[in-house]
Amino acid sequence: MPHFDLTSEQEMLQKTIRDFAEKEIRPVAQKLDEKEEFSYPLTAGMAKLGLFGMTVSPDYGGLGLDTLSYVLCVAELARVDGCQAATVAAANSLGIGPIATFGTEKQKQKYLPDLCSGKKLWAFGLTEAEAGSDAGSSKTHAEIKKGQGGSPEWLINGSKIFITNGSSEITGGATVQCVTGGGKEGQKKELSCIIVEKGTPGFTAKTMHHKMTWRSTNTAELYFQDVAVPEENLLGKRGEGFRQMLQTLDSGRLGIAAMGLGGAEGAFEAALKYAQERKTFGVSLSKHQTIAFKLADMAVEIEAARNLLYKACWLKDEGKPFTKEAAMAKLYCSEMMGRVVDQAVQIFGGYGLMEEYPVAKFYRDQRLLEIGEGTSEVQRIVISRQLGC
Amino acid sequence: MKIGVLLKQVPDTETKIRIRSDSKGIETDGIKYILNPYDEFAVEEALKVKEKVAGSEVVIFSMGPARVVEAIRTALAMGADRGIHVEDTGLVSDSYIAATVLANTVRQENLNLLLCGKKAIDDDASQVVAMVAEFLNWPQVNIIEKLELNPDGQGAVVHRRVGGGTQEVYDVGFPCVLSCEKGLNSPRYASLPGIMKAKTKPLAVLKATDLVGDNKIKTEFVNWRLPPERKAGKIIQGETVEAKAKELVRLLREEAKVL
Ligand SMILES: Cc1cc2nc3c(=O)[nH]c(=O)nc-3n(C[C@H](O)[C@H](O)[C@H](O)COP(=O)(O)OP(=O)(O)OC[C@H]3O[C@@H](n4cnc5c(N)ncnc54)[C@H](O)[C@@H]3O)c2cc1C
Repeated sequence: MPHFDLTSEQEMLQKTIRDFAEKEIRPVAQKLDEKEEFSYPLTAGMAKLGLFGMTVSPDYGGLGLDTLSYVLCVAELARVDGCQAATVAAANSLGIGPIATFGTEKQKQKYLPDLCSGKKLWAFGLTEAEAGSDAGSSKTHAEIKKGQGGSPEWLINGSKIFITNGSSEITGGATVQCVTGGGKEGQKKELSCIIVEKGTPGFTAKTMHHKMTWRSTNTAELYFQDVAVPEENLLGKRGEGFRQMLQTLDSGRLGIAAMGLGGAEGAFEAALKYAQERKTFGVSLSKHQTIAFKLADMAVEIEAARNLLYKACWLKDEGKPFTKEAAMAKLYCSEMMGRVVDQAVQIFGGYGLMEEYPVAKFYRDQRLLEIGEGTSEVQRIVISRQLGC
Repeated sequence: MKIGVLLKQVPDTETKIRIRSDSKGIETDGIKYILNPYDEFAVEEALKVKEKVAGSEVVIFSMGPARVVEAIRTALAMGADRGIHVEDTGLVSDSYIAATVLANTVRQENLNLLLCGKKAIDDDASQVVAMVAEFLNWPQVNIIEKLELNPDGQGAVVHRRVGGGTQEVYDVGFPCVLSCEKGLNSPRYASLPGIMKAKTKPLAVLKATDLVGDNKIKTEFVNWRLPPERKAGKIIQGETVEAKAKELVRLLREEAKVL
């Protein structure tokens, strides 16, 4: 029988993250956004709470928690600030995820403890200037060469763009998808993921500025010019890069969906409060039926999105296939938040367009959710393929 | 050192209070409960003392129905070592009885120090802590803002603020009871690993009715009432300032009858 109760631990961790978000993040979120500043103190605070490596095995410094617990935490952060939620979600699903899932024992031992403690962040470099949705067409390539010491090395050349957590002071490096063979005259391209540590000669990361969304997250362009790394830096098996990427994104989508759900809740709560306080024509906005019905519709959509997302988490935690439901949850939660923030701005009227009021930032931060980790169009492609189209 | 903390679970500050139809209490359905905020300072201070004195143990005491286990678990998740839930079904209670039961519970534990919040934000009675100290016959200092352990570990220097920004400083020997004020510290968040560990920490359940002896309540709630709703303010109309002032004086004299 399905049931909808959270465990008492899940309720407690939801509450602790809510307290932290309210007391530590809310007072500074607007300023950080305005200054386009990545917050090291908040990242350290979130690390201390245990938000990095939540689902990783305790053998590597993680907490071994279930997916739903993770999603609850991301949603609580996003309820207050999509940016801090994004830092955490990207670190978990894109930074830690691939190493924990596909890494060799040695790689896991080497990298995961520092990533799970939040001492370091890690990035996942997939997107290129000319390869976004069509990630398979990426050009960054790596060849095996004899290194100076005589042992084989990967020699990487190319660049990546829009890479979250790619250039912060505490970034330890990136997992980079590279072409490692094929691609000539109709040959199938071979894609592999390679671990590149910060400080490797020829590897540079440049912070990208002037975003309209996720302004206090760290986004970078990564450049690789004859970057040599040991052969053992290959993540898992050669030629598995594309499959690894697809699998990483399946889980990552649950994080983006959580940001949609949490962000919608945050915007909804602000709109409801405002509607109850603001008076026009002698009564509060919430007493005008058109406004009351907007709020009713928003609440319904949020609840529907929550159920879809929790079910996708449940499937994953039960070890059942969840690709279709993860794509559905990502698509629905992110677009749902779009509709909710749009109505929230409408309810705030002119103040909705002013940055001193809370909904403008939700409105901007929502936009990424329909683009990152597979655009809404790509989600529809994934879902329709799962349907057999 | 063995440090005890008295913990109370109270309705969330945003709760809309509704009076029960028999006027003998409040409607508890649908209330969200939180840890009494002043008790959080007590938990944090206990943990800080524990961190300073190797081998210390922090024991949480909470009286109430089954739901208070949540509050105990929160303190355990923050880092306390074990909990004692004094289950109060069937207990006819007031501050005196609550203090009697809690003092009898605390007595079984051989504590060096008992920390509490300066008051519970539900009934604001500020009675239990003082009575517990009295029943234990321990010294007490209330509303402390600073605690420094003495080097010999036999007591502490505590500060409390009195009127006009002056401070009182006490050197108090253990065992003693201290009640905590806001500003004493900033309570840590229950971390996710802490929450998971809390599950496995010992939590004993005692029955309040076994600990009350022959004692009987000394006060009884006769009636609960909500404060009267505030009336809307009045905006004084008038063409000129003089006219408005005149109208104001008239209202003060004739309606409010204060002049
Ligand atoms: C703030 C931010 C953080 C990011 N973080 C990361 C990261 O950490 N790592 C990483 O690798 N990438 C990251 N990205 C990149 C992101 O994943 C890509 O922007 C996204 O996948 C879309 O790619 P694109 O921008 O190249 O758009 P394009 O692929 O050029 O798409 C443009 C438009 O065309 C549509 N479209 C494309 N192909 C089709 C099709 N077949 N059918 C129908 N419509 C189609 C798209 O849906 C979209 O609407 C980030 C982006 C941003 C903005």
